[in-house]
Amino acid sequence: MTTITNNKEESLIVREQDVVPLRNRVKEYGVKIGMSILNQTKLITATSELVRNLLKYGGGGKVIIESVSKGRENGVRVTFIDKGPGIADIELAMKDGYSTGKSLGLGLPGTKRLVNEFDIKSELGNGTTVTITKWKNG
Amino acid sequence: MQNNLLGVLKEHENKLLAIWSQILLESGSGDGAMEEEESKEFASLFLNALAKSDDNDTHEFEKVQDLIVGISSSRGKRGFSPRENAQYLISFKEACSKILSELITDPATLYDANLKLNAILDDMTIMTFEAFMRGREDIISRQVDEISEISTPVITVWEGIVALPIIGTLDSSRTQVVMESLLQQIVDTGSSIAILDISGVPAVDSLVAQHLIKTVSATRLMGAECIISGIRPEIAQTVVHLGIDLSGITTKASLASALQTAFDMLQLAVVKRKKIVE
Ligand SMILES: Nc1ncnc2c1ncn2[C@@H]1O[C@H](COP(=O)(O)OP(=O)(O)OP(=O)(O)O)[C@@H](O)[C@H]1O
Ligand SMILES: [Mg+2]
Repeated sequence: MTTITNNKEESLIVREQDVVPLRNRVKEYGVKIGMSILNQTKLITATSELVRNLLKYGGGGKVIIESVSKGRENGVRVTFIDKGPGIADIELAMKDGYSTGKSLGLGLPGTKRLVNEFDIKSELGNGTTVTITKWKNG
Repeated sequence: MQNNLLGVLKEHENKLLAIWSQILLESGSGDGAMEEEESKEFASLFLNALAKSDDNDTHEFEKVQDLIVGISSSRGKRGFSPRENAQYLISFKEACSKILSELITDPATLYDANLKLNAILDDMTIMTFEAFMRGREDIISRQVDEISEISTPVITVWEGIVALPIIGTLDSSRTQVVMESLLQQIVDTGSSIAILDISGVPAVDSLVAQHLIKTVSATRLMGAECIISGIRPEIAQTVVHLGIDLSGITTKASLASALQTAFDMLQLAVVKRKKIVE
């Protein structure tokens, strides 16, 4: 079954102060389709992780929020696009505890566990794009 | 005299004021006596500057610009919307154009005059917008400072126990403030237990978790114990999925149970008073 986009918006993320408003927007998308508090919390936590990576490693970028549906299921899809250095070894970056930033290294693998669909594309020197989808009842 | 096409407006100041206030009145963005004063002052200064200036001289207009910036910030405070604020100068331009079209018959000359008028007044309109925005930004940054101060109150809940309720997002700079005031309060009160309540924190991601872990370690280094309370069920589940290990930290669901734990640690007991039977 194909996924349809019902509604879409784009935000530029260039500094730390952009994180909270973005998270609130994502939450509003979840509230609008009647997502449970638990799923909302998972979604905004995942958003938080990815937008922080985009700022810290990607040097800022663009985030697209979409309200999507597949059959009778509704959800929220968020895409994080940066034009930073990219990730050399995605498999390694997806491992729990791997960090080049002296951090916990839980952002990418943790996010994958919090959402229903997770897709990461990265090219050295050309940036990174991460797309996540959280279904209302997922 | 090509340079001073607009200088003639000075001779028609009163008529210009009349048309201007008429337009403002019709558009519903006039507000009486105060405005009349401002408008008079502005028109007079502006027309003088026009009469004196030529294309290479922008100095004359600096005073006019200062005045209009002042006027628009005062209009902002009086409750005008940004639209009404812009309307003020736009209707002034309209009034000027009207008079020019009565005075100048040659279409080419009239066109030149209007072009010049537009250039000057459009620039000023943008300035009023910038002034308006600056006013707002000042307010916002003041509020940000205030919020970060009022949102980190450290409360002494019992002798030896301090509590700090955190409301809102914990970013790096906020954590710094929280940690400092908590540690300071531990020293000042000689407390041995600190309770960090996160009921008001919307989400705990890996960054916030790290900040919490650091605050707990710092508290321990001071010889005190730190309890984190107010972990809502959805936060608990999310933290587990993320893979964050909070097992080294004493956590409680509510502030009340954290307080109970703190009492236990201090070997205190809250008991119901017995009725005295004769
Ligand atoms: N947008 C990105 N551009 C370039 N490199 C990235 C990007 N996102 C992640 N990485 C790389 O992948 C590693 C793992 O990311 P992850 O978010 O899992 O951990 P972290 O950010 O280092 O730590 P944490 O998120 O737990 O604070 C990062 O250390 C970084 O090297
Ligand atoms: Mg990360």
